[in-house]
Amino acid sequence: MERESTAYFKAIGAIVWKDLAAELRSRELLSAMLVFAMLVILIFNFAIELQPSLRATITPGVLWVTFAFAGTLGLNRSMAIEKDRGCLDGLLLAPVDRSAIYFGKALSNLAFMLIVELIVLPVYSLLYNTNLFNPGLLLTILLGSIGYVAVGTLLASMAVQTRTRDVLLPILLFPVILPILMAAVKTSGGFLQSAPMETIWPWLNILIVYDVIFTAVAFMLYDSVVEE
Amino acid sequence: MRSQPKGLTFMTILSGLLFLGALWMVFVYAPLEAVMNYVQKIFYFHIANAWVGMLGFMAAAVAGIVYLVKKDMKWDIVELAAVEISLVFFSITIASGSIWAKPSWGTWWTWDARLTTAAILEMIYLAYLLLRQGIEDPEQRARFGAVYTLIGSLSVPITFFSIRIWQTIHPAVIGAGSSSAVGSFGMTPKMLATMFYCLGTFSVIFVTLLWYRIRLGVLAERVEQIKLQVME
Repeated sequence: MERESTAYFKAIGAIVWKDLAAELRSRELLSAMLVFAMLVILIFNFAIELQPSLRATITPGVLWVTFAFAGTLGLNRSMAIEKDRGCLDGLLLAPVDRSAIYFGKALSNLAFMLIVELIVLPVYSLLYNTNLFNPGLLLTILLGSIGYVAVGTLLASMAVQTRTRDVLLPILLFPVILPILMAAVKTSGGFLQSAPMETIWPWLNILIVYDVIFTAVAFMLYDSVVEE
Repeated sequence: MRSQPKGLTFMTILSGLLFLGALWMVFVYAPLEAVMNYVQKIFYFHIANAWVGMLGFMAAAVAGIVYLVKKDMKWDIVELAAVEISLVFFSITIASGSIWAKPSWGTWWTWDARLTTAAILEMIYLAYLLLRQGIEDPEQRARFGAVYTLIGSLSVPITFFSIRIWQTIHPAVIGAGSSSAVGSFGMTPKMLATMFYCLGTFSVIFVTLLWYRIRLGVLAERVEQIKLQVME
């Protein structure tokens, strides 16, 4: 029994390692996500004038829209690589549980997302002279990204197998990810404006509940998504 | 060619008769509401449409789960039928709600929990139809469709409760309403009877439509199979 679980974690680790190593060499996914994220922030700057008086209330929204948009780019690319060169078939042939593939892909997608967020945050702080180094905010970003990636990895695996794959992922993802975005924006805003904890808790709870439910559901459903 | 089953013909006629009855109940039997007058009449069909939309939503979720367990294509047909009906009836609900909201709230739309959730549900179902369109293999289409309805049916209630934490102005007809609700009213027994009659009528209409749509799905599948046979 113990051996089986170590093999399972080893399989997850191998997939994460493969993705990170490939990314370290090509750097195509992270650079695209980062440039895109910067462009979104730039566009926001002109679309809604981020005056100092408004910044405190608008910052969480701007940040989460940026993460959500950049995230779809990364998710799509990370699954498309697997599909295009037949790597997914190779992975499926491997004698490991399918859910190990899901967790491996989800963890590497989470890593890419967190790296992008960790670069965007200081840049945003610098450009808009807002202090974003708040432990609560960082926790929110972690929780929000987990939920986003849990559903995103599952839906991206579906989207890349369709004819309309380039346009489909955001359309599939955004309506079901809405609770995460709402709760993340509210929690981030609460922490940034140092609101009392009792107003933040309901939203933090939604984030946690969403993470737990959707990680479990995606884990159970992944098999039906990659079946050939 | 198989002709239309007798039961379906019966349901169709029954739906028509019940609907005529519903019109009579709404316009003649139910009393005029004191404040909102005739505008309030839209409420009976608004509630009934929302009810059918919810029935379709639940039927789709159940059909999706059963499909994933049994892998039987007929559940995929049920799921698609339920989604399409739910999509249409929620559109009618949103439209009739807007018509009611303009005189009552002074606006066509607000970002209230129920309104927003209905809109999100429409988006999820549109995405579902787009997803199906992009897949050629019927078996894969059914699997992906079922997975997506399942994800959607879990996400929608969480969305609803999330928006609910923001205060709502939509009147709650059943259960405790929010203190800031605008446009709620006390119902007389006659109004209540009319509402339940409409709910019953629209449930029958839902079953009839679902039956038609499932039959259409089954026939479409047969045409597909015959086409394949001819090509071989």
